Amino acid sequence: MMSNGTKIQWTRKDLLGLKDLSAAEIGLILDTAKSFSEVSQRAVKKSPALRGKTVVNLFLEPSTRTRVSFELAEKRLSADAIGMASGGSSMTKGESLWDTIANIEALKVDLIVMRHSSSGAPHRVSNYTKCGIVNAGDGINEHPTQGLLDIFTLRELKGKIRGLKVVFVGDILHSRVARSNVWGLTKLGAEVVLCGPKTLIPWGIEELGVKVIHDVRKAIDGADAVTLLRIQMERQNETLFPSIREYASTFGLNTELFKLAKPDAILMHPGPVNRGVEIESALADSTQSYILKQVTNGIAVRMAVLYLLSGALKNE
Amino acid sequence: MTSPEKLVLDAAGIDRTLTRMAHEVLEHHKDVKPLALVGIRTRGVFLAERLQKKLLEIAGVESPLGTLDITMYRDDLSEVGPNPEVRETKLPFDLKAKIIILVDDVLYTGRTIRAALDALNDYGRPKMIQLAVLVDRGHRELPIRADFVGKNVPTSVRERVVIRIREVDGKDEAIIAGGSGA
Repeated sequence: MMSNGTKIQWTRKDLLGLKDLSAAEIGLILDTAKSFSEVSQRAVKKSPALRGKTVVNLFLEPSTRTRVSFELAEKRLSADAIGMASGGSSMTKGESLWDTIANIEALKVDLIVMRHSSSGAPHRVSNYTKCGIVNAGDGINEHPTQGLLDIFTLRELKGKIRGLKVVFVGDILHSRVARSNVWGLTKLGAEVVLCGPKTLIPWGIEELGVKVIHDVRKAIDGADAVTLLRIQMERQNETLFPSIREYASTFGLNTELFKLAKPDAILMHPGPVNRGVEIESALADSTQSYILKQVTNGIAVRMAVLYLLSGALKNE
Repeated sequence: MTSPEKLVLDAAGIDRTLTRMAHEVLEHHKDVKPLALVGIRTRGVFLAERLQKKLLEIAGVESPLGTLDITMYRDDLSEVGPNPEVRETKLPFDLKAKIIILVDDVLYTGRTIRAALDALNDYGRPKMIQLAVLVDRGHRELPIRADFVGKNVPTSVRERVVIRIREVDGKDEAIIAGGSGA
C-alpha cells in the first residue's frame, strides 16, 4: 500500500485544507500516518520525533474530540502542548486574532493548531506568522485532518480509494467535514455522492465533481462507504427543514436501508453521533460501523501532519 | 567524476559470511529459544530474514523476526531539511526476556544503532540486545560496537560503502566507491 512510486517531500509549513493539496501530498500524509499508527499500540506510547517543539492548541470554538485527539498526537510525538480556548483568553478582553497570533509567535511556539468559527481565518493568519498553522476546522469551510482520517480509514479497509462509491448523507451545507472529504476523495479518484434535503446541500456543489442525489435509497445503492453527518443546529439561523422527527424519518439511516449498499460497505460518522436522528442506534453499533476506528486513526493522521509540518518549518 | 568501485563481497561471499555469522550466533547462545531477530530498515530487514533462514537450517530453530524503522528516533530531526519519510515498524512478539539480535547492513558512525536502541527501549525490555552487521567500515562517532561482524572493511570517510541486496537492488554485493576524487 505504500506509494513508493511517487516520492515527494513535504514543503508546506501549514495544513489549511485538502483543497490546496496534490494527490501525492495526500498520499504522503496517509503513508506517514500508517507508520505512526503503531506508536499508539505500544506499551510506551511515545516517540521522540517532536522533542523540543512547542504546539499551541488555539480552539476559538468549542471542541472536545478534535482537541483531545490533537493533544494526544502531540504528546505521543513528545511535543510540548499548551491549550488556549477563547473563554479564558485575552480575546474576551478585546484582543484581535492577529495580536493573539503575534503573541503566540513571540512565545517561540513552533506550531499552532487552530479552530475558528469563521471560514478562511487560518488561511489569513498563516500569511502573518512564521508558526506552522494546522486548520482544526474553520467555519463551514474545511476540517482537513478529519477529511484525512476518513480517507485513511477508508483506504485501510478497502485497500484503495480510486473507483470507490462514497456517499455522504446529512447536513452538507454546514459541514466542513464533507467539504474536506469532497476535495480529498475526488483528487484520489473516488466517486462522491452527496445526499440530504435540498436546503442543506450547497447550490452548485456539483461543479466540484460530485453527484447530488436527494433520494437516500438511490444515493446509497451500491455504495462502498456511507458517511453520516449530523444536523448542525448550532449553525442554523433559519428553519431549513420542518422538524428533527421528519428529518429522521426521511434521511435517517437504519439497518434495513443500509442493506442497499454493498454487502461489505462500511459506515462512518465524524461524530458527535445523534442516535435516533441521522442514525439508528443498532446501525451505529453494527459490525459494519467503523466510527470508533475513525477516532483511533485520527491520532495517527494528526501525528503525521504535525511531523511533516515540523520538518518544513526548519527551512525558515 | 567516475570513481573506481572495489568489490568487497560478491553474492557467494555474502552468503558464506551470513552462514558464518549464523554459526557464531549459535555458538554464543547455547539456548536458542529466547533469540529474536530485528532488521533495521531497509537492507537490514532482508539480512535478518536470511539469518533467520540460516538459523532454521543449521539449528532447526525458527526465531521471531521483526522490522525496525528508526526515523522517529534520529538525532538530526531538528536540523535543516524536510523530515525524512517514516516507515512501518513491526515487532510481532513480546520483547520481554528475549535476546534481540539487531541486524543492519553497514556499521559506520553508530548513530543508527543508537536510535535503534532507543526505539527498542520503547517497545519493552529485552534480556539482551546484540548487534550483527554485514560490514563494519569504522569511523564511529559513538561508543558502539558490533557483536557479530561479517567483514571488517577499513575505509576513508570520503569513500562510500554500498551494500546491494537482491530483494531491493536486484543483486547481492558489497562494494567501496568514491574516495580519490572527492
